[in-house]
Amino acid sequence: MSGSAISDLLLSVDGVTIDYSGFKALDNFSMTLNRGETRVVIGPNGAGKSTLCDTIIGRVRPSQGRVLFKGEEIQRLPEQQIVARGICRKFQAPGVLLTLSVRDNLALAARKDRRWWKSFGTGIPADEKLAVEEALESVGLTHRAAVEAGTLAHGEKQWLEIAMVMATGAELLLLDEPTAGMGPAETSRTAQLILGLGDSRTVLVIDHDMSFVEQLAAPVTVMHQGKFLKQGSIAEVRADAEVAAVYLGHTA
Amino acid sequence: MPDLSRLDPLKPFLPWLLLALGLVAPFALSAYDLNLLARFMAMGILALGLVLIWGHGGILSLGQGVFFGLGGYAIALHMKLADLPSGEIPDFMVWSGRDSLPFWWTPFSSPAFTIAAILIVPTLVGALFSWAVFHRRVGGTYFALITQALALAFSTLIISRQDVTGGFNGLTDFYSVFGFGLASPGTGSGLYWVTLAVLCVAFVALRWLLASRFGILLRAARDGENRVRFLGYSPTPFKVVAFAIAAMLAGVGGALFTLHAGVVSPALIGVVPSIEMVVWVAIGGRYSLAGAIVGALLVNLARDAVSSAFPELWLYLMGALFIFVVTLLPRGLAGLVKRKAA
Repeated sequence: MSGSAISDLLLSVDGVTIDYSGFKALDNFSMTLNRGETRVVIGPNGAGKSTLCDTIIGRVRPSQGRVLFKGEEIQRLPEQQIVARGICRKFQAPGVLLTLSVRDNLALAARKDRRWWKSFGTGIPADEKLAVEEALESVGLTHRAAVEAGTLAHGEKQWLEIAMVMATGAELLLLDEPTAGMGPAETSRTAQLILGLGDSRTVLVIDHDMSFVEQLAAPVTVMHQGKFLKQGSIAEVRADAEVAAVYLGHTA
Repeated sequence: MPDLSRLDPLKPFLPWLLLALGLVAPFALSAYDLNLLARFMAMGILALGLVLIWGHGGILSLGQGVFFGLGGYAIALHMKLADLPSGEIPDFMVWSGRDSLPFWWTPFSSPAFTIAAILIVPTLVGALFSWAVFHRRVGGTYFALITQALALAFSTLIISRQDVTGGFNGLTDFYSVFGFGLASPGTGSGLYWVTLAVLCVAFVALRWLLASRFGILLRAARDGENRVRFLGYSPTPFKVVAFAIAAMLAGVGGALFTLHAGVVSPALIGVVPSIEMVVWVAIGGRYSLAGAIVGALLVNLARDAVSSAFPELWLYLMGALFIFVVTLLPRGLAGLVKRKAA
């Protein structure tokens, strides 16, 4: 990796506004992510955190502003092309494919050739097989590989989806509330999983759970009403009066 | 529901049992009953397509009659022309005041063109229609309603163009196909074997398709279209290809049915028959290929028995059966032995 700041820039959200007929879910919002960085985005309900993910992945289209990935504009590309460029997202409610086996879920994610006319077969290339087994291992679901994903416990579904997002080989992972519905032990394990990615991947995590955010020990961006509010370490953000006011509902 | 899960080990043998019955039927049944069975098997070919799109793709089509009709009318056009003395036009056209064949009838005098049309026209119409709808991300109930409208439009079109389609009465009075006289018993059993062979080929091909990555992706798109999209796949082509294959099977089924029944008419392909086709599969089991064949056979057998005794009772009975299956047996009869989807 080169040391220059410009080539380290992976994602840049530049002045994006998402307008739902008058309600601005994102309001001239900007942020950047460097390669290998892990960033946590927090903010009260309705701050626009999930909309930020939706915008990056192409589920909603900005009325103003640009999203640059590796220096190229992606805000008008079809979703599957955005994914093909190396961004993958975990949804807030687990988005695993319920009637497929755990292994098939991962195999679909790990598949590199996603064109439909290449789908008439059952063979899986060796490197994809390996990626699936590694993904199973990393989230501790190897012994559950053959069961239908619908029969997994809630936490296991969350892990499976994280593993799917990882198995796509995407450089930028968007994890929308990866610990929703998890107990403390599961939350810790999820944090370990994300930390285990090291700087091989760039990760954007949205979460409410402050103990989880602390375990990630990553820089925090605070959003409020679709706008950028603060950025800093978890300790700095905690000590910030404006952030506290927002969370307590006393909007300045 | 009774727990029939102890029958699970028998599950792999069901298709073989059906095949064995199909193989002995010509030696055990009268010509009349064999013809009836062959009609139901032709419907079974269509039912296999519904397993693909509805069971595994989550695409409910209430318009399969359209594709059934396209295949049926294609072979009917050919047979009408084949039986004509040269230079004449079919009698119903004369009665409607026409003096020449419409241009699109003419190529159907060729057997090769007819067979190609049976295979290609429904497939192409199915592909174009479903692409137009799916690429705009319309699905679910809206898609079902659009297919129903398509069935209504198609049957209305045929009825309204009496002079070139035979209108409400359809096309009938066929005497030969590809040089074989339809009245001879040999042709009847020959057509039965053809139907059985097509059914077997369709069954094996779909079984392979459903087990392939295509089948996995189709089920994935059914369970979570957005998840599939955000894994980098475009779900539309998978759904369009599945729909086109189902349309092709419906067309082939329609052509074979027309050969066995000796008639094709709007009453066989409109809105109500299209819904009935879904009912066969709902009752047999929409996730199971063998179940759908059984459903098509049993429901049509029951329809034949009931409607010959109490013609006005059938629709009520079918409605009741449908409600029973949907509320208590969501996996159909196949769900009794088969608890998991393929």
